[in-house]
Amino acid sequence: MADTLTSGAFVEFERVQKSYDGETLVVKDLNLSLPKGEFLTMLGPSGSGKTTCLMMLAGFETATHGDIRLDGVSINNIPPHKRGIGMVFQNYALFPHMTVAENLSFPLEVRKMGKAEREQKVQRALDMVQMGAFGGRRPSQLSGGQQQRIALARALVFEAELVLMDEPLGALDKQLREHMQFEIKRIADNLGITVVYVTHDQTEALTMSDRVAVFNDGRIQQLAPPDELYEAPQNSFVAQFIGENNTLEGVVKEIKGGTCIVQLDGGEVIDAKPVNVTQPGERTRVSIRPERVEYNKNRLQEGAHTLKAEVLEFIYMGDIFRTRLRVAGNDEFIIKTRNAPDVERLKPGQQIEIGWLPEDCRALDAN
Amino acid sequence: MTDATHDTTARGKPGPMLAADGTPLKRSLARALRMQKIRALLLIAPLLLFVLVTFIAPIADMLFRSVENDIVANTLPDTVEELASWDGASGETPSEAVYQALYFDLFIAAEAKEHTKLGTRLNYEQTGISSLFRSTGRNLDDLGKDYQKTLKKIDKSWDDGAFWYALMSGEGGEEVLESHRLQYMQLIGQSPRSIISRFWCVIRGIFYKACPTALEDIDLNFTPSAEAAQMLPATVAAYSDFAVFTVLADGDVVAEEDPWEAVYAAFAQDLNAPGTVEKIQSYSGPGQAELLAVTENLADLPAPDFKTTFLDIDKDWGKIENWQTIKIYSPKYTSGYFLNSVDLMKTPEGIDARPENQRIYLKLFKRTLFMSLVITGSCILLGYPVAWILANLPARKANLLMILVLLPFWTSLLVRTSAWKIMLQQQGVINDTLVWLGLVADGNRLVMINNQFGTIVAMTHILLPFMILPMYSVMQTIPPTYLRAAKSLGATNWTAFWRVYFPQTVPGIGAGSILVFILSIGYYITPEIVGGTTGTFISNRIAYHISSSLNWGLAAALGTILLGVVLLLYWAYDRIVGIDNVKLG
Repeated sequence: MADTLTSGAFVEFERVQKSYDGETLVVKDLNLSLPKGEFLTMLGPSGSGKTTCLMMLAGFETATHGDIRLDGVSINNIPPHKRGIGMVFQNYALFPHMTVAENLSFPLEVRKMGKAEREQKVQRALDMVQMGAFGGRRPSQLSGGQQQRIALARALVFEAELVLMDEPLGALDKQLREHMQFEIKRIADNLGITVVYVTHDQTEALTMSDRVAVFNDGRIQQLAPPDELYEAPQNSFVAQFIGENNTLEGVVKEIKGGTCIVQLDGGEVIDAKPVNVTQPGERTRVSIRPERVEYNKNRLQEGAHTLKAEVLEFIYMGDIFRTRLRVAGNDEFIIKTRNAPDVERLKPGQQIEIGWLPEDCRALDAN
Repeated sequence: MTDATHDTTARGKPGPMLAADGTPLKRSLARALRMQKIRALLLIAPLLLFVLVTFIAPIADMLFRSVENDIVANTLPDTVEELASWDGASGETPSEAVYQALYFDLFIAAEAKEHTKLGTRLNYEQTGISSLFRSTGRNLDDLGKDYQKTLKKIDKSWDDGAFWYALMSGEGGEEVLESHRLQYMQLIGQSPRSIISRFWCVIRGIFYKACPTALEDIDLNFTPSAEAAQMLPATVAAYSDFAVFTVLADGDVVAEEDPWEAVYAAFAQDLNAPGTVEKIQSYSGPGQAELLAVTENLADLPAPDFKTTFLDIDKDWGKIENWQTIKIYSPKYTSGYFLNSVDLMKTPEGIDARPENQRIYLKLFKRTLFMSLVITGSCILLGYPVAWILANLPARKANLLMILVLLPFWTSLLVRTSAWKIMLQQQGVINDTLVWLGLVADGNRLVMINNQFGTIVAMTHILLPFMILPMYSVMQTIPPTYLRAAKSLGATNWTAFWRVYFPQTVPGIGAGSILVFILSIGYYITPEIVGGTTGTFISNRIAYHISSSLNWGLAAALGTILLGVVLLLYWAYDRIVGIDNVKLG
């Protein structure tokens, strides 16, 4: 108890481990705490342990080791129905034999709430997700997006302070998904609830979250706000996983004053920002975002290293141009350029020189 | 390029939508789909024919038997006609005319050996009639024999078949003959060939071999004389019966055979009818001299007293009940079997309840329904947890368990039922174990078989897979997230189950219940083996009537009622639960 009071966290995972078969750990030494009102996204490839974490928090899985605390109280031994955590499931899990209103009324009924109060709360929750007129319908009569809203309303109707969402938008088409992302974010902000959101869609994670925990191999690789995650990935997994990314492999030659010189495997030398390389001679993987690569020499800094590149493919995408280059033996080097009148449209076969600001080029671990 | 469809819509004229070539769209759609329909029909044709020929048609025929009752009218056509004017409730035996008609009807029936069938039929309604008909059939000859002797004494010619043939045959009596031929055909249950069967015979004649000549087409080589028929109507009628029977049944020549005793009896009756003597005196055809000789000896040939004859043969012919039974069951269709099935009966006064000690069917129907319900209920109780485990175990273990569920399916029904006999009997496994454990005294072993308990236990076991499988297939489709969702919303395990899981399994329970209930309501083998007397179903009674008492009409009526009850329950179920909600997989 005393421990929690000092940390002030609302939800807290402490040294949590989970194993299903007693041989391999699905979740390895998870430590995570989030304050009240935060929107935290657990992002990761499938099998990375993010859903298991969510299920442990909801109470459907028990932690093999460690402690999970909610509002300062250890909930390891509290059954799911007493945790008071709202949850939105991947396939909504709306009860098919009940109407929308009955679905929403269910959590209130099991809490022995009076009928008048129930109806009032159900209506308010339905209005909140703009589904006020749909109370009498069956879930099967609703579209995917509408079912999603009802599932959200049901998780919120009993005024849970913590709501868990397990890939709730996975089954929706792109446009609806983007719309619902803002909708969920807006409602969460309005109500001031704490949300733990699981997804494998990085765009979703970046647009909605206060902080994102990137999971891989049962561990949190990086826990950071979206902008930091995108612009300053801490390791090559995060760099690869979040957004589009060009990588070049090489050896650190020299580290000096916040920059380093990396010699690529093809012999070329470039500037980079050392992130988790510590000494010369170490192998590294250099990461550059496609939109940070520049081929207009006028825009490059004085003395910046440049690389020779051959244009392989030029794709017109409307708002941007996407060009595939061969750089230092890498055929998959992508650059993105904004579609502006002064931007030159490259042609396949054209020889150009490319460069970047040293701080945009991050020298990461080689794994 | 404007097509026809465009034109009509462009002009805004309402009319049938046209296809590109100008034909109505509906017609060209129908034409396009016709080939598909024909192909689909051809594909199912073998099964359809099979089911129709081997299943639907026999069942329809069987159900028809529950009301069919033409045997009385076919065997005793004239008697039935005469009985129409008799009042069964009057307390008096029928008139002489009825006995007379009965004599001639029964004579030809006895010759054709059809009277015993009628006796068996009427015996279902009135015990004793069967032997009455049987014994009467044996003794009908005596009456005619006496007259035959007397006539022989008067003139030898009367004993000669050829003489009779000469006397009886002539011209103009075709109608009489044909009506008797038709009566005979009805008696032996044959109807004139229809156009379809004639057509079939032509085809059969071309490819295989010709059909035997139809009874109505066989030349009898005899035509009654109109003059004789006018003078001796009863004799000609009896002789026509004889002629028809001689040719159609025996394949003999009429002229070469001596007439039946019935012909002599009819002759004696004709002679004593008023006006006959005068007609004979003015007659000038063949046998004139012999006839005149007979009229001179009329005193030796008194009019036959048919009633006394019958009463002499068997005094039961004087019993009103027998005549009432014949009259009640003389129509071609009867509700008697159905009334019998619900413990009612027909009396001259109308429909009445059967005596207390004869009422069994309503009790059996009630017992069948009750026990089927109990079996269905215990199948639900036992099957639900099993289905739940099956649906929630990992696939490998579930498959293993599924084999255990299906194992009884692959074992012979008879073996399973017999196994229960071994288990449940008083010297059986369960009783032995209980005695060994000291829970039951050796002298006080439990009676668990040959009663309702035994039937319920054995049938629950046998029908359990029919309950588990539909429930399992429904439960399999319910994702576990529903339960999780319910718990996350604050429901306890029980509430989550009862409010969220259980309602979704109701279609499976419904499907299983319908299957088990309908199967058990018509179950036969198991109750027969382990049911004893208190655990048998209505189906056992139906089987008894089909195979032992041979009262197929009653069996058909019981079966029809059973079918009706099932359909009614099915309909009620559809109204209450909705058949769309039933899922078999």
